[in-house]
Amino acid sequence: MTALADISAQETAARPDDPHLADAELKPAFFDWLCRMGDNTLILGHRLSEWCGHGPVLEEDIALANTALDLIGHTQMWLGLAAEVEDKGRSADDLAFLRDAMKFRNAKLVELPNGDMALTLMREFLFDAWHFEMLTALAKSGSPRVAEIAAKALKEVSYHLERTSDLIVRLGDGTEESHHRMQDALDRLWPYTGELFTADAVDEAMAKVGIAPVLADLQAAWERNVNEVLDEATLRKPETRFDVHQGGKQGRHTEHLGYILAEMQFLQRAYPGASW
Amino acid sequence: MSVTLPSVNQVWNWLGEVPDPEIPVISVTDLGIVRDIRWDGDTLVVAVTPTYSGCPATAVIDLAIESHLREHGVRKLRLERRLSPPWTTDWVTQEGRDKLREYGIAPPVDGTASDGRTIARAARLAGRSNLMIECPRCRSANTERISQFGSTPCKASYRCKDCLEPFDYFKCH
Repeated sequence: MTALADISAQETAARPDDPHLADAELKPAFFDWLCRMGDNTLILGHRLSEWCGHGPVLEEDIALANTALDLIGHTQMWLGLAAEVEDKGRSADDLAFLRDAMKFRNAKLVELPNGDMALTLMREFLFDAWHFEMLTALAKSGSPRVAEIAAKALKEVSYHLERTSDLIVRLGDGTEESHHRMQDALDRLWPYTGELFTADAVDEAMAKVGIAPVLADLQAAWERNVNEVLDEATLRKPETRFDVHQGGKQGRHTEHLGYILAEMQFLQRAYPGASW
Repeated sequence: MSVTLPSVNQVWNWLGEVPDPEIPVISVTDLGIVRDIRWDGDTLVVAVTPTYSGCPATAVIDLAIESHLREHGVRKLRLERRLSPPWTTDWVTQEGRDKLREYGIAPPVDGTASDGRTIARAARLAGRSNLMIECPRCRSANTERISQFGSTPCKASYRCKDCLEPFDYFKCH
C-alpha cells in the first residue's frame, strides 16, 4: 500500500472571480457559446489527429499532431468552463464523449473530411485566421475566466497561423499541381467560412454583456490577413458567397459529424465510465 | 501531536530536484512553471502553470511533484492549476537556459517570447529571420529552421550550417 493511493493530492484551479458564472439569465447562452468554442477546437483537433502516421513527410506529420494537441488542450479549457457554467455535474469529458451530434455546436467548416493535404491545410489556415482574431478580442473579454483561456490559447494559435500562412504561400506558389490543389481547396471551403462571422441570438447575447466581440467586427481584419496570404500564394479569392453553408453552430450538421462521433465516442458508449 | 511544517523555501529547494519528464536536465523550477508555494493551514498548496495547453506531460509533472513531496514527508497537499499570466519561455531561469544548452537544446532567446510573432512576421516580410538561434554545439549563429515543430510541442527543429548538426530549439511563446 502506498501513501499515494491513500491521500491522492486533490487538484483545484486558482480562478479569478467572474460574476457572469452566477448570472442565471445568461446561463443558457453562455453555455451554448462556450460549447461553440470548445466544439470547434475539439472537432478540428480530431480531424488533424487523423493525419497522425499518414503525413506526407515526418515534419508535417509531427506538426499536425502537435497542432491537434494544442486544440484538444483548448477544448479541455472551454468545455471545462462550459460544464462549470452549466452546473449540472457534467465534466468536459462528459460533454465531449456523451453528447450526440445535434447537441454539438461547431461550425460546419471544421467537420468536413480532411481530403488531401491541400484541403487540410487550407481549412486550417482559414480557421486559424479567424481563431486568431477571435482570441485576440476574447483576451480582452469582460469575463476574466474567458479572457485567461483566450490569452493562453492565443499564443499557440499565433504559431499555428504563422505555420499555415507559410505553407499556403509555399504550396499555392509552388508547382502547377500544388497550385491547382490549393485553389480547388480554397474554392471548396470558401462557402463555409461565413458561418464564423454570422451572429445569431447566442452570439448577440454574448456581445451585449461584453463577453465576446461582435462577430462581424472580426471580418475586416480576417479578410486583410487572408487576402495578403492568398495574394502572395498567387491564389484567387473565390467570387462565390462565403456564407452559404450554415447551421453547425445551431446543431444542424453535415452527415460527416456523425462518423467522427462514432469513432471518437465509441469507447465511452461501449464501456461507460472507462478510464485509465 | 505537534508537527513542524517545512518552510516554503525548503519546499522550493525540494521542487528544484524534480526533473521535467521530457527534458530531465532541467527542473520544474528551472522551467518556471511553479508559480506559487504556500501553506493553507497544514495543507501545502503548490500552484503550477501549464507550458502548452495540450502538453501531455502536465499530468506526469503533477505526479512527479506530488511523489517527490510525499518522499519528503508532506502529507496534505493541494496542486493548483493556474492559467494566468500564461507561461512563456521568458519564465525559464538563466540556470535552466545554461543547462539546456549543455544538453544540446538551444535555449529560448531572452526577451523575444512576448512579441516573437510580430517580429517574426515583420522579419519574414523583409525576407530574413528575426531570431539569432545559436547552435548549442559550436555556438555558430549560422543556423536554419527545418521544422516549426520538433520532438515535443515545446521545441522546433533547427540545423547548424557550420557544423551541420541538427538540434532542437526551445521555442519562444
